[in-house]
Formats: sequence, structure tokens, C-alpha cells
Amino acid sequence: MGDKLGVKEYRLALRENKLQGLKCKACGFVTAPPRLACRHCGATDSEIVQLSGKGKIATFTSIFIPPESHRGQTPYLVVVVELAEGPWIMGNIQGADPNKATLDLIGKSVHMDNNLIPDDKKPPEDISPMFVLDS
Amino acid sequence: MRKVAVVGVGQTVFSGAQSRSNTELFSEAAMEALNEANLKNKDVQALLVGTVLTDFEECQQIANTYISENLGLPHVPTNTYDGACASSSVAIIDAFIWIASGMYDIVLVGGMEKVASMGTHLATQTYTMYADRYYDYPSGITFPGMFAMLANLYAKKYNIPIEILKEQMALISVKAHKFGALNPKAHLQRELTVEKVFRSPMVCQPLNVYDCCPFSDGGAAIVMTSEDIARKLTDKPVFITGFGQASAGTFVSQQEYLPHFITRQISSAKAYKMAGIKPLDIDVCELHDSFSISEILAVEGLGFFDYGTGGAASARGETIHGGKVVINPSGGLKAKGHPVGATGAAQVYEIFRQLRGESGATQVDNARIGLTDAMGASGNINCNIVLERGW
Repeated sequence: MGDKLGVKEYRLALRENKLQGLKCKACGFVTAPPRLACRHCGATDSEIVQLSGKGKIATFTSIFIPPESHRGQTPYLVVVVELAEGPWIMGNIQGADPNKATLDLIGKSVHMDNNLIPDDKKPPEDISPMFVLDS
Repeated sequence: MRKVAVVGVGQTVFSGAQSRSNTELFSEAAMEALNEANLKNKDVQALLVGTVLTDFEECQQIANTYISENLGLPHVPTNTYDGACASSSVAIIDAFIWIASGMYDIVLVGGMEKVASMGTHLATQTYTMYADRYYDYPSGITFPGMFAMLANLYAKKYNIPIEILKEQMALISVKAHKFGALNPKAHLQRELTVEKVFRSPMVCQPLNVYDCCPFSDGGAAIVMTSEDIARKLTDKPVFITGFGQASAGTFVSQQEYLPHFITRQISSAKAYKMAGIKPLDIDVCELHDSFSISEILAVEGLGFFDYGTGGAASARGETIHGGKVVINPSGGLKAKGHPVGATGAAQVYEIFRQLRGESGATQVDNARIGLTDAMGASGNINCNIVLERGW
């Protein structure tokens, strides 16, 4: 069943710089973030797969007015990355200036590197994929 | 299935933070609607309320029951609907089904919110709770942030320089405020300039403060009933002739369709089919302009303009009187305000007034068919309602 990759397992993997998804046993489509049903065909039999964490920026924004959870951290970039395996993932990016972000960012190649966040800075629960521009 | 009519509408003045409770806001709108419908509280058989944040706003849950008591409704069934910004639209669609089925004859429907009373930081935080808690929220994305990402995606996809898109978006805010200045119930009754939009603080690139609707307090309510009762109550019943509703999940799960929304596509197609109309049969439309980019996405998604051309069409004046279709003559969410739960009912309030020819300075000549479009969160929910003159 698809729910073997739950929120807890997904986050624990992210903390170890691993991005996981679910590959549908019926149609082969990769669903990430994990969902019980395949996003493409709706089948509920899937297996956990390791994703490359590589992809291209699909879109982005720089946040200047944050929610309470991110006060004091502005401005910061939020990106949506189209992974090499297909799915879009929301996360953050380091190495790009949120004050100077332009549409040129879209299409740029990135890879995930959650090791960039020191362990003592990682919140106990909430963790988001951190991407870096490919050099 | 019975035909269903709207026979009375009410709306408070939408505003910034104010002292009245959610129960009082809804009740004011409800009394206006009941009085217009020539009905008494004892006539109401059910109360359906769209609201989403009464807990954060005033430490109140099940406000709908206190509204029922306050209004003296005779122990009627009452439900609360959380469809984010589309909450009272969801409630109206449900009321339609209740009445069409023959189970209920007269239903009071609407919504209210005290978003402004929460203040900007708490309001921003609560809106963020409408993103997926585990897979979107940790990135620090905000509600305007989602639409900012759509604006950037839109500019890239349709090859529109961001400076041009920003000007088109600013002109949409200018138009909204022009209409809002003529609406005595609007939150922001003052005109705006493109320069002022550009000079306002950046919320999330490329959206400035004046690209975003305000946090508002307010309430709106309508009275819905069956055709036979409607014809006894008024010479001018407004019929709901079509509706559609659809849902989707995370922002990223909609990747195939973004920057447009599959939920709007499904919902509006259902509404048009049920009413037997085409998009350009519509004379006046109140749509979900939570942000300036939202209106561009909506006028295209609803079929008024081709994808990638909505901003230019608006800039040409195609969405005001004398254009193809009049969009948001109330001022929309942008200028009329956006007390979340009230918004869907407030859209019906405006269309009802337009179809009856009671809209004063913003009246659309001989308006016969109107549409509402309400979106919950970022494409998570979409509701469309077609309203037509019943005389």
C-alpha cells in the first residue's frame, strides 16, 4: 500500500538528504510527495523509490512578508522543482539571492542537498527539501 | 429536481478590524436578506454558514449555532462549511441540493469572518495553514506566495516580460479600486494608481501589497427557496440555473495544469453545461481576484479570453462596461474586501443586485445572466454558480 511511506518516514529520509517517492506498480508513475493513490492512475499499490533529488526550477518566489514560523528570516526563496523523475516538489534554495531573483531562475538545474542545513538548525519535525544551483 | 431561487440578499459593510462579533456580522446580513425576501425568522428551515477561522479570530467554535439562536431560528438544522475562500459558495451549492430535492423549502445561507481582527501576522499564519501542512508549509510558503509563483510561471510560460505582466496586474488592481470606490459596502472605497501599486511594499516577488486583497471583517447572507414559494414572495426571483464544484490537493500535485487550475476548468464546465450557456453569454461576473494575477488566471480559466491574453484584454478595457464581460463591478475581493467565509455569498449579493438592475453607478445594462467564481486556497476548491433573471 502507498501509505508505507508516511510523513514520518519521508521526513526522516529528508534529514538524511534522501528524497523518497512512490512508484506505482500498475503504471510506473512516480508520486511525490507520497500519496496513498497514484496521482496518474489512482492505483494504490506502489513501492518506495529513491529519487535523485536532481531537477530544474519550475517556478519560485521571494517571500518578504512571512508566516509566524519564518519571522526574522526574510527575504527567503521558495522554489518548486521539477524532479528528473517527473514530479514537482516544493522546497527552498541556497546560493541564489532572494533580493535579485528573476525569471532567469526558471529552468535552472538544481540538486537537493539537505546536508547544507547543520543538524542543530534543522527543526525537530518540519523539514523542507533544500536545493542548490548546479555549478 | 425543483428549481431553486434566491429571493433576498444582505451584506454588511466590509471593513478592517472592528468590534462586532462574527455572530453579529452574519446576523446583520441575514436580517437584511430576510427583510428583502418578506420572510420572518420563523420561516427559515435550515441555516448553512460558510466560515473558516472563528476559532483564531475570537476563540469561538460552532458560531453557526449561536447565529441560529441570535436570529431566533426555530431550532433548525445548521451546518458550517469550510471551503477556504469558497466556503459560502459551497454552502450555497449544498442549499441548492437541499431545496431542489424537496427536503427543505427555505434555507438561510451565507458566511462571515473577522480576518482583519486577527492582525497581519496571525492572519498570514492562518492562511498558510491552507497549504499542505507537511509537504508545502515547511518551506515557509505563504498564501500570496503560491500566487506569486503562479505569476512567475505564467510570465515564463506565455513569454510575457515580468515588467509588462506587473503593469497588467497593477491595472487590474486599479480597475478593482475604481469599482470599489463606487460601492458603499466596499472595504477600500478609494481609487488607486499604477504608480501606487508599484510603490507599495513587496509581499512576495512579484506581488506588491496592492496586488493583494485586504484582510477584511464582514458578513453576507442570502435566502434561497423553491420556485413556487419564490414566485409568491417576489416578482423578481433570481434563479440558480447552474453550478459546479471541484477539488484538488497540493500545489505541486496540480503541476500538469498550472498556472491555470483544473478545478476551475471542471467546475465552470459543469456550471455552464447545467445552465445550458457558454462563457460569453455571461453579462456580469464576480470572480476570485484574491491577487491581481488571480483575476488574469480566472478570466482565462472561465473561458472569457485565451490563455496568456487575459492581462492584455483587461488592460484594453474588455472587463469593464462596454467590454466583453464586466468583471467584479463590486470591486471584487481586491477592493470590496475578503472576509473569507462571507465572500461567496457576497458575490451572489452583487450578481443578484445586477440582475435586478439595482447596482447604481456600476449597473451593467440589461444584465440577464451572471456568474460567480470562488476559489478555496490555491486551486484546492473551485465553485461556480450561474444566476439568471426569473422574470
